[in-house]
Amino acid sequence: MSAIASPATPTPPVGSKAFGLSLGVLLFRLRALIALFVLIGVFSLLTPAFFTQQNLIILVGQTAINAIMAVGMTFVILTGGIDLSVGSIVGFSAMMSGLLINRGVEIPPLGVVLYFNIPMVIVLCLFLGVLVGAFNGILITRFNVAPFIATLGTLYVARGAAQLSNDGATFPNLVGNPELGNTGFPILGAGSVLGIPIVIWIMVIFAAVAAFIAGKTPFGRQVYAVGGNERAAELSGIYVNRIKMSVYMMCGLCAAMTGLITASQLVAAHPAVGESYELNAIAAVVLGGTSLAGGRGTMWGTIVGALVIGVLTNGLVLLGVQEFWKKVITGLVIILAVVLDQLQERFQQRLALKRA
Amino acid sequence: MTKPTDLETSVNGAESVLVAEKITKRFPGTIALDGVDFTVYAGAVNVLIGENGAGKSTLMKILAGVDRPTSGRLLLKGVPVEFKSTREAAQAGIGIIFQELNLYPNLSISENIFVARELTRNGVVQHRQQEQITAELLQRLEQPLKPGTLVRDLRMGQQQIVEIAKALSQNVRILIMDEPTSALTSAETEALFRIITDLKANGVAIIYISHKLEELLRIGDYVTILRDGKLAAAAPARSITVPWMIEKMVGRNVNAPRHRSSTVSKEDSPVLEIKNLTLPRVGSGFTLENVSLTLHRGEILAVFGLMGAGRTELFECLMGLHPEASGEIWLNGRQLRNETVRERIELGVMLVPEDRQRLGLVQKLSVAQNITLANLNRLVTWFWLSDRREAEEINRMIRSLAIKTHSPKQAITALSGGNQQKVVIAKSLLTQPQVLMLDEPTRGIDVGAKAEIFEIMNGLAEKGMAVLFVSSELPEMFTIPDRVIVLSKGKITGEFLHDELSEETLVLAAGARPQTEHPVPAAQTS
Repeated sequence: MSAIASPATPTPPVGSKAFGLSLGVLLFRLRALIALFVLIGVFSLLTPAFFTQQNLIILVGQTAINAIMAVGMTFVILTGGIDLSVGSIVGFSAMMSGLLINRGVEIPPLGVVLYFNIPMVIVLCLFLGVLVGAFNGILITRFNVAPFIATLGTLYVARGAAQLSNDGATFPNLVGNPELGNTGFPILGAGSVLGIPIVIWIMVIFAAVAAFIAGKTPFGRQVYAVGGNERAAELSGIYVNRIKMSVYMMCGLCAAMTGLITASQLVAAHPAVGESYELNAIAAVVLGGTSLAGGRGTMWGTIVGALVIGVLTNGLVLLGVQEFWKKVITGLVIILAVVLDQLQERFQQRLALKRA
Repeated sequence: MTKPTDLETSVNGAESVLVAEKITKRFPGTIALDGVDFTVYAGAVNVLIGENGAGKSTLMKILAGVDRPTSGRLLLKGVPVEFKSTREAAQAGIGIIFQELNLYPNLSISENIFVARELTRNGVVQHRQQEQITAELLQRLEQPLKPGTLVRDLRMGQQQIVEIAKALSQNVRILIMDEPTSALTSAETEALFRIITDLKANGVAIIYISHKLEELLRIGDYVTILRDGKLAAAAPARSITVPWMIEKMVGRNVNAPRHRSSTVSKEDSPVLEIKNLTLPRVGSGFTLENVSLTLHRGEILAVFGLMGAGRTELFECLMGLHPEASGEIWLNGRQLRNETVRERIELGVMLVPEDRQRLGLVQKLSVAQNITLANLNRLVTWFWLSDRREAEEINRMIRSLAIKTHSPKQAITALSGGNQQKVVIAKSLLTQPQVLMLDEPTRGIDVGAKAEIFEIMNGLAEKGMAVLFVSSELPEMFTIPDRVIVLSKGKITGEFLHDELSEETLVLAAGARPQTEHPVPAAQTS
């Protein structure tokens, strides 16, 4: 290619940005992180109970449940989609773990009941979550159903399935039976390694793997491209439908993991668990700066967004703020985040337009 | 030709309606306009030219009330005015047709034309009346479209006609046209020129921005040239020439694209062979009918035709976007059947699409990420993207295509049209195509960049790549192609070697009226 001669013209400073401006942009982009530190600072000042090791571990543990779901949700939203079914997948996966541990799988022709050990239960439940995600993906790619509608349908279907699995009743006492070799399920939610709860480790691993996939792999880049301009992505040889299928499956997996953790923490599977969790996950993603239109956002932003929600909830509880006010404040924070997001979009457009 | 020296002496007689005095517009870090004077004469076509980034669009946005100047003032018929919005400018009789189309694809043509000023009776929209007026406007523009057609279903050129109709419907006194012909066929352009003549006769002042210099000399009365945000020259159109305009715009001489001495060997088996390609049209008839062609290594083949002749669809068939097409496509002796876009890219076919914004670029990604988008799998070490290898490829492309960006990480939207096009070409080249298809590669980009794009295409052909490009700009047919195929209504109606080309035969074959007034393309065409 070096042989191609082109009229020699020096590179002009195409809208060279002043340093102060780019610093402003940087601070603006990091607004979720700044908000997080401000909140931590404020709560630390207001109540001594906040910034203690014990409380922080509780806080991060609470956040982890939402963060794991939000990681999957981020992939979906990056492609320009949405997954409203994650809360129901949480319930479905929890109920399936209860069913597998307490009842096992009956195989009618042989007249035997099959029980699995806990690792197998976990793998099966995660697999079921992936299947539900694949169902969403097929509706969206094969039948061209809008993601909002497809996953809204799945929200009802998966919740119904969760309720059907035990006639609307709870699977209690998921401690397993030593004779069946399926004990140990509560460790997932209550155990810790190196003094840090397993739940937090899971969040860290999920977030790290997801950030790696999004930032460093061709798949991740393609997710951004599909969300940014689907048709251009297709003409660049990207299998758009495959990418979309994959993100809904990954989202299903993350939601199923959340379901397992909740069931394990409660040592019981309740069919209503996970209701409205999808909204928390979406809120975390949006707070983290991911554009609902797709194509822009980061995994770390999502984790920060989940932490902002976690810190806010935890801090307000410690301050003794009334439950109803908590909701109002959380809602206002989400609205503020979206407003700032819009401002950033406009700001960047103006930067781009700066060249006459 | 004499170079004009003093503008004042040459403008006596014409009456100025709008004067922009010492307009300066600063953006953080840049000066888009630096003390520019611009006079708009009534009943005349006031041409504004300059390379991308020269400040034309900024100046127009100020005249149309979109932006406000940092300093300087506007005088409308001698009275200082300040437009706070496009609505205020519109009330003062200033209308603008933007370069980027501002239409609602989900609404019909007539709804678009009357949007926000619907004709109502007792609060109810009078659709029939709107459609009737729309039909008359379209009639005037010689575009036989149904007013109820959704804009989504229109081709790019037709959408531009709708924009023009919309501006015409508003009884403007000053009409700004920002590259109105960039997507029009020559017949549509002729119709537009007749409208412009009409408007002029009625005393309307036209401000006309275009990159097509011959066109400007034909219809322009006064020419204003901007360079780097400053006024470079202003002169009556009759006293100037195309080379003079280029010199003032670019500040240097631009070489005409050279025609390579053809290196094509017909002895070789063709790299691409299309046999009887037929693409049925939804409804009835054919978008492409029995199209057959061959393409050899190192050959540049141009496809000329009007909008709607099936040129874009021909390329789309080659990319596998029309599974309903019949006929045979052979690439290097292998027949392409049901291959996906990805598989075809890997086999060596690649498309640089016509609509950069919609099909070529992912606006939210950076320059670098757009360049490697079609080639990610080749940049993987283990199972992640190798930053080092990616950076190498990106820098190689930025250097070899002379893409002007201050960093590979820059937002793609911050680049000029020409550089965005180079990014799309860079993306395509990284896939190492054997057949590179470019659909209207020079649409909406400035003179300097056009010459560069052609030179890039020349270089690729010299390296043995087969280059296939589509253009509706007649002068381009005389530049770099070795061979020109004319497509009309889905059929091949002519095939000419470089030496056999003549404007008359091309236009006749394309099914349009010959343009006798059109200057014979000379060396300055780019």
